Amino acid sequence: MFEVSLGHYLTLGAIIFTIGVIGIFLNRKNVIVILMSIELILLAVNINLVSFSIFLQDLSGQIFTLFILTVAAAEAAIGLAIIVVYYRNAGTIRVEEIENLKG
Amino acid sequence: MLAHAIFFYFFSFVAIISAIMVTASKNTVHSVFFLILDFISISCLFIMIGAEFLGMIMLIVYVGAVAVLFLFVVMMLNVAQQKNQWFKSSETSTHIPVGLIVSLIIFFELIIVIGGWKYKPDIIKNFSDSLVSNSTNTHTIGSVLYTEYIHLFQISGMILLVAMIGAIVLTFRKREGVKRQNYFSQISREKNQGVELVEVKSNEGVKIDV
Repeated sequence: MFEVSLGHYLTLGAIIFTIGVIGIFLNRKNVIVILMSIELILLAVNINLVSFSIFLQDLSGQIFTLFILTVAAAEAAIGLAIIVVYYRNAGTIRVEEIENLKG
Repeated sequence: MLAHAIFFYFFSFVAIISAIMVTASKNTVHSVFFLILDFISISCLFIMIGAEFLGMIMLIVYVGAVAVLFLFVVMMLNVAQQKNQWFKSSETSTHIPVGLIVSLIIFFELIIVIGGWKYKPDIIKNFSDSLVSNSTNTHTIGSVLYTEYIHLFQISGMILLVAMIGAIVLTFRKREGVKRQNYFSQISREKNQGVELVEVKSNEGVKIDV
């Protein structure tokens, strides 16, 4: 209980990952919250990589966390740009009203 | 060890609560602020277990750049006050219980995998980049990142460049009725296009057509 092991960090990562997935499924507001849920999922992946890297004494996990950070920043920038363009064209970014593709 | 456990539980509690609040809060601006709190507590965890460089980079990149970008977009698009419709949305939404079930299945699978997971103790010796104990975390990352992972590092730089150009191209728009400088016509202007020598007769003046 008071010995914080690798399993504790992996469980934390699993919980945050699941909260991110739930946030994607249950979201009815706007697309920005979906993007934030994706950021939460990437954060959970980062937690897993860093905790494995520390507990297994291997540096590769931290290096790859850096790359995930880079890709997450790029993804957030592109996604928000797409949202801005969509809002300019359609006037809304509510999830229910984005139905041009009837998905 | 006890302090380590206390800090771990505190920061992970804050992280989980704020992650829940990101998805559940009614106001999108509040969601962004809870996202910032989540990133801060996770970076505190990273600093606590010995990945100081990544913790600081998380603070700079996520809190300083990504979350502020989210905040700008939320405030620019005026969507902050849209009403939340949790669990009471329209009649055709069967995706909410399905989504909950799928998420819980994912969660229990992850927990089962973590609970039953063991690694062989002799695997650890075979890793190539072991953490050197007598140098700092930043020094160790730098000595590996710029030598073994240099190509991935440069590719990630290219990804950032493509993302920057893509965001600019996507959101750029030409507005009508706005006077802009045309650098090409300014630079390529010749003397005989700009200056004209006119014979002026007395008492008549000059008619300038622009």
